[in-house]
Amino acid sequence: MMKAVDKIRKAHRILAEYRYEPPQVDRGYANQTLYVNVSDKAIAARPVDEKMKRTFVGGRGFGLWLLWNAVSGTTRWNDPQNEVILSSGPIGGTTAYPGSGKSIAVSISPLTGTVIDSNVGGHFGPLLKFAGWDAIEVQGRADKEVIVFVDGNEGLVLIIEAPDEAIDSYLLPEQVLDLFADTPEEKAGISSVSTGPGAEHALIGCLNVSFYDKRRGFARLKQAGRGGIGTALRDKKVKALVVKYTGVDADSNHPADWAELTRVGSKMHREIYEQDPIMNDMRGGGTTMLVSIMNEFDLLPVHNFRYGSDPRAEGLYKDQFTPDFSLDIPNGCWYGCTLACSMCVERFQPRTGPYRGKWVHVDGPEYETIAGIGSNCGIFDAHAVLEGNFYCDMYGIDTISFGTALGFAMECYEEGILNKEQTGGLELHFGNADAMLESLHQMARGEGFGTVIGQGVRRMKQLFVEEYGADPKFLQDIGMECKGLEYSEYVTKESIAQQGGYGLANKGPQHDEAWLIFMDAVRNQIPTFEDKAEALHYFPMFRTWFSLNGLCKLPWNDVEPADNKEAYEPRMAARVPEHVENYIRLFSAVTGRQDIKKPEDLIGMSEAVYNFQRLFNLKMGVGTREHDAIPYRSMGPVTREEYESRARRYDEQLAQIGFEPDGKGTEAKMAALRAHREQAYEALVDAVYRRRGWTRDGIPTLETVRRLDIDYPDVVALLEEHRTIE
Amino acid sequence: MKVLVFNPERCDGCGICEETCSKTWFKEPDRHKSAIRISELTDQPGHYAANNCNQCGECMDVCPTLALQRDKRGIVRISKRLCVGCLSCVGFCPIVAMRAHAEHTVPFKCVACGTCVKECPRDALSIEDLPDAALTATEIRMKVAA
Repeated sequence: MMKAVDKIRKAHRILAEYRYEPPQVDRGYANQTLYVNVSDKAIAARPVDEKMKRTFVGGRGFGLWLLWNAVSGTTRWNDPQNEVILSSGPIGGTTAYPGSGKSIAVSISPLTGTVIDSNVGGHFGPLLKFAGWDAIEVQGRADKEVIVFVDGNEGLVLIIEAPDEAIDSYLLPEQVLDLFADTPEEKAGISSVSTGPGAEHALIGCLNVSFYDKRRGFARLKQAGRGGIGTALRDKKVKALVVKYTGVDADSNHPADWAELTRVGSKMHREIYEQDPIMNDMRGGGTTMLVSIMNEFDLLPVHNFRYGSDPRAEGLYKDQFTPDFSLDIPNGCWYGCTLACSMCVERFQPRTGPYRGKWVHVDGPEYETIAGIGSNCGIFDAHAVLEGNFYCDMYGIDTISFGTALGFAMECYEEGILNKEQTGGLELHFGNADAMLESLHQMARGEGFGTVIGQGVRRMKQLFVEEYGADPKFLQDIGMECKGLEYSEYVTKESIAQQGGYGLANKGPQHDEAWLIFMDAVRNQIPTFEDKAEALHYFPMFRTWFSLNGLCKLPWNDVEPADNKEAYEPRMAARVPEHVENYIRLFSAVTGRQDIKKPEDLIGMSEAVYNFQRLFNLKMGVGTREHDAIPYRSMGPVTREEYESRARRYDEQLAQIGFEPDGKGTEAKMAALRAHREQAYEALVDAVYRRRGWTRDGIPTLETVRRLDIDYPDVVALLEEHRTIE
Repeated sequence: MKVLVFNPERCDGCGICEETCSKTWFKEPDRHKSAIRISELTDQPGHYAANNCNQCGECMDVCPTLALQRDKRGIVRISKRLCVGCLSCVGFCPIVAMRAHAEHTVPFKCVACGTCVKECPRDALSIEDLPDAALTATEIRMKVAA
C-alpha cells in the first residue's frame, strides 16, 4: 500500500525551478535576498549592498525596505502586489548567545491596511540565511495551492503545486518533514512557515514557524501572530514556505570574531543558570509566571479590559500549567537559547472540534494567550485555554487578536448590543468557554458568527453600528484596537506612558515596542511628560534593534545580572546596561563592525528604521496623529461599574487635580477624570513627537529624515506632499 | 562509571597533568586547553584543588542537538558532528568543568582517558569506577523511545 506521504508527493507538480550557487554566509549576511512570485512563477536573487546593510541592518529593516519598493500607497493586503517577507538579521542564527534565532515577518496587514511586522521563533530565518538568503519575499497570488521550497544544500528553489497537503498547521509541518527529509536526521534541518483554515475566513490569521524537536520527535511551532500575516499568506494560496539546510554548526553564521562570541555567550549562559531560578524562572514555565504578577498589580485584562484583576485568575496561574510541561529537557526555539521559554504540553485531549478525544500536543501557552482567551473573556479554566491555544495554532489564528476581539464581542453581548439571534445561537457571555471554542471552529469552517469575530474589533464596531444600531461612541470607547490592530494583553489605565507605548507603536498596540507600566505607574520613575517621552524614545528604539538583528527580547531583561539593581540607579537599571554592552559586543563580534561602541549607536541604528516605518505608515495613509488615538477603555473607566470598582483610586486622583469628589455623582466624577486623562494623553503625544523629531501631526521632519540618512527621493516627495496638504 | 579522581593530599601543583591533557587532545601545551584545571587554594597556600568533569551527565539535558551522550564506560562524550557550538553545556555545568576555548567551536571536557594519571609524578590522580549517576531525563526518554 502506498504510504500517505508518497501519495501526497505523487500529486506534486513542479511549476518553477531556480538553481543557485549557495554563497558562504559572511559576518552574518548571505548578501542576497530571494524573490519569489507565485503568480507568474518568477524566482530571482536580489543583491544586498552595503547601503542596505548600513541603513536597514536586516530583519524588520530588510522587510520594510523590500516591501516599500514592492507596494504603492494604494496597495491593499489582498492585492497580488502585496508581499509576505521573512528575514532574520545579521545576528540571527548565532548559536552561542541565547535568543538569537528570531525571524521577522513583514506584510501589508489586512487589519491595519498598513505595514505590519511580527517576530517569531523557530528555525526558518536562520536556516534560510544559511541556505544563502537574508530574506525571502513572496509576491503574487497562485491560481492553485503551492509550496515554495528552498534547498540550501542543493542550491535549489522550487514552486511546487501541492494539492494534497493539509492546510492546518498541526498536520502540515509534519507532512513537510516527511516530504523533504531524506533521512530522519535531516528533519532537524527543515523549517516551514504555514497558517491554517481559519486564516482563510478571518483577518486575524497568524504564521506558524516550525522547528524539529529531536527529543520529542515532532515539529514544534512558534507564531508570528500579529496583524494577519497568515491571512495574507493564505490569500496567496501558499500552503507553506519550506527551507532545508542540513549541517548547521557554530560557524554557519561565519562571525568575524568567534573568540569574543565565546566569551560573551558563555558568560550569558552562566548568568541564566545562576539567575533565572531566583528571578523569573522562565526555564520553569516560560511566560506563564506573568499571570499572577499582572493580576496582583491590577494589569491583567479581565472582561474586555474592564478590570485588571480577578480572584478567579488563580485558575490560570503558572502552577496550573507546569505539571503538564516537560521542564527537564531543552525548550529553546533556536539552538543555544537557554532561557528556554517555549513550553510544550506533550499530551493533551481536546474536548471539542475535529481532535475531540484524541491525544495531541500543544505549543504554549504563553502569557498573552492565557490573558487573551482566558481572563479577558472571563474564562478561568486552564484546560479551555490550552484547547483554545491548540486550535488557534492549528487553524492559523492569532491568539492575541482572537482574545481581544472575542472579549469585545462578549461585552457587546452582555450589554445587549448583540443578541443570540445575531450570533447564530452563540451565547457570548463572559466565561463561556464552549462559545469561545465554537467560534474558533466556525472561523475554520468559514461559517457563523465566528467569522464575524475573525474580522477583528474595528470591523465589528462598524458592523454593529451599521447593522445593529449600536452607539458608535460606546463601541469606540470599549473596542480595544488602535490603527485596526487589537490590543495585546495589558491594562494601561494607570500608566500614561504605556498608553503611549501602545498608541504610538508603529504597527498598532503591541507591547514589543515598549512596556513601561512598572517604571511609570508602579515605581513612579518617569514622573514628567519629558521623562515619559524620553522613555518612549529610548525603549521603542532599543527594542526595535532586536528585530533588526534576529534577536529575542527576553534575554535582555527577563533575566538580569545579579548586581544590576545595586550597580545602577533605578532608571538606568531598567535598561540593564551590562546586557546592552553584551549586545554591542555581540553585534561587533558577528559583523566585524567597529563603529558600534556605545548604547546610543544601537539607538541610532534603530532610529532610521523606526522613522522609515512611520513614513511607510504615512505612505499607506495612516501615519498621522489621528491614527495614534486610542480607545478610552485603555485610558480610564468607561462604565460606572469600572469606576465604582476602583472608586477610591479614582476619587483620590480627582482630589489631586483639584476636583473635589465628595458629594459628586459617579457620572460627574467619570467626566472629570476622562477630561483629565484625555488631556494628559494629548500632552504625552506632543512630548513624544517633539523628542522623536516629528511635527505636531506626527510626521518626521525633513531634518530628521536627513539626519537619519533615509532621505530617499520618494521619501522626500512623500514629505513634500504632506507639507502641501498641511 | 569511570571518573578521574583527584587526591589533594598528594598534589604539589606542578601542572604536569594540565600540560599532558592539553598535549594529548590539542597537541600543544596550553593549560587553557586542558580539561583538568589545578588551582592553589587562596586561603591555604601550598594546597591545591582540581576541577574536572565528574560525569554527572547534567549537560546532556541542556544540549539541544543530542551531541552529548554517555558511552559504554559511563563517560559523557561530545559528538563533534552534532555539536553546533551553542555553549549551553559550558554555562550549565554545575561544577564549571565543561570548557570552551576561543580557537575551537566545540567545547571539551575530561573523558577519563587516564593519560594524566600516568604522568602525575605524585600519584595524585586516579581513574576510579564509581556508582553510575542517575539517568538523565534525556536518557530516560531514549530508553522509553527504544
